[in-house]
Amino acid sequence: MGSAVALSRPAEGASAEEWDDYLHNRDNPAGLSRELWYHNPCGSWIVVERDTATHEILSTTLASEAAR
Amino acid sequence: MRYSAWRVFREGLRGQSGWAPVWRDPEPKKEYDIVIIGGGGHGLSTAFYLAKEHGLTNVAVLEKGYLGGGNVGRNTTIVRANYFLPGNSEFYSHSLKLWEGLEADLNYNVMHSQRGIINLFHSDGQRDAAARRGNAMINQGDDAILLDREGVRQYLPFLDFENIRFPVYGGLFHKRGGTARHDAVAWGYARGADQRGVDLIQQCEVTGIDIENGKVTGVQTTRGPIRAKKVGIVVAGRSSQVAAMAGMRLPIESHVLQAFVTEGLKPCLDHVVTFGMGHFYISQSDKGGLVFGGDIDFYPSYAQRGNLYTAEHVVEAAMTLMPMIGNAKMLRSWGGIMDMSPDGSPIIDKTHIDGLYLDCGWCYGGFKAVPASGFAFAHLIAQDRPHDTAKRFRLDRFRTGTGLMDEEGTGSQHNLH
Repeated sequence: MGSAVALSRPAEGASAEEWDDYLHNRDNPAGLSRELWYHNPCGSWIVVERDTATHEILSTTLASEAAR
Repeated sequence: MRYSAWRVFREGLRGQSGWAPVWRDPEPKKEYDIVIIGGGGHGLSTAFYLAKEHGLTNVAVLEKGYLGGGNVGRNTTIVRANYFLPGNSEFYSHSLKLWEGLEADLNYNVMHSQRGIINLFHSDGQRDAAARRGNAMINQGDDAILLDREGVRQYLPFLDFENIRFPVYGGLFHKRGGTARHDAVAWGYARGADQRGVDLIQQCEVTGIDIENGKVTGVQTTRGPIRAKKVGIVVAGRSSQVAAMAGMRLPIESHVLQAFVTEGLKPCLDHVVTFGMGHFYISQSDKGGLVFGGDIDFYPSYAQRGNLYTAEHVVEAAMTLMPMIGNAKMLRSWGGIMDMSPDGSPIIDKTHIDGLYLDCGWCYGGFKAVPASGFAFAHLIAQDRPHDTAKRFRLDRFRTGTGLMDEEGTGSQHNLH
């Protein structure tokens, strides 16, 4: 699902600018990236640290644990 | 040097000894009126039209690698004007008209071949959508013919028409669509820009954008600082990195799109064909290879290569649609980095920084747009107001929610296109 921004959703009452930034704008890094992936067979959400330039996976954490 | 049949004939008799380099390799000057960052298709066409349409020749194109070494040399070469939504429709219509005059314009053979595109449909619902799209194309002044199954069979007898899951119901035939030789497009624009006095500077990576009091003053590069009154960013998959030099965060995510080619075969596929029930499109290059592709891999990437699951999906679609392709050997595959926008449509706009302009968000459809994108971006830079054909490609449409152009109807957020 791309960048793991969903884990830092704007709080209630956030401004339109904050929502726009959250929904549309991305750092889009060429290199180390923190992303949210969905594992279809078991339905898990996973935070994956990955290098977008090499496709190397550096770490994986269940999103439920990462969000704590 | 002007190219002509006579010239080719004469050089044939003289042992090809009279050909000269097609463009100069100048040292960067200290200052230009306009600096274009990115020497790909869109950057080179922007420079060409700045010179040709606006008489602006104190222009440099800065390219960190070599000219045309990015997506313009890595795509599947399809040229078409079969868009549906206002905004896209008139823009791609304009682009196709520019394509039709391009070789005369550039005095360069870009091998533009209007062999026709057939978008297949496989259900009643898809037929209705194709008819609606075809009417939109005709309303725009372009061409479209709705073919029934027998009509398609006449052109593409080798398809699996009776496929149980995806029978071919018919196709939308866009006769003026086709292909072009992708590298030649970059080279033709480069030559045309150079001949008019534009400096094409290769091996020159931009490392910073200079801004004073909200106005751009130049760029820092690996070949020293260059001052400029106006700077245009046209760097496709690297848009986020270059815009970050100006402190901007863009609504762009970079994804890898793969393409594939078989060994060279005798002519067997006369058109560009797209499968309506699985993302797959194919044409045959003039060298004989079947060139085809499908969806992006759907994860952010700058690696210019993709994963096998996408290759498998594309080949499954190929085998479903035209089983004969199983007799061909796949020669190679490659990837390009797509600047994906949330709604799947591009951005050609000013930024909040005076003198800094942005052309990006071409997703997986940038090649056919090369002429009109350069034309519109040159107009924007030269006159500080958008060209009529590109005035809807606004950067702020995501923030305001006004004027979103979601051609696929899948939604306006990342990862849906």
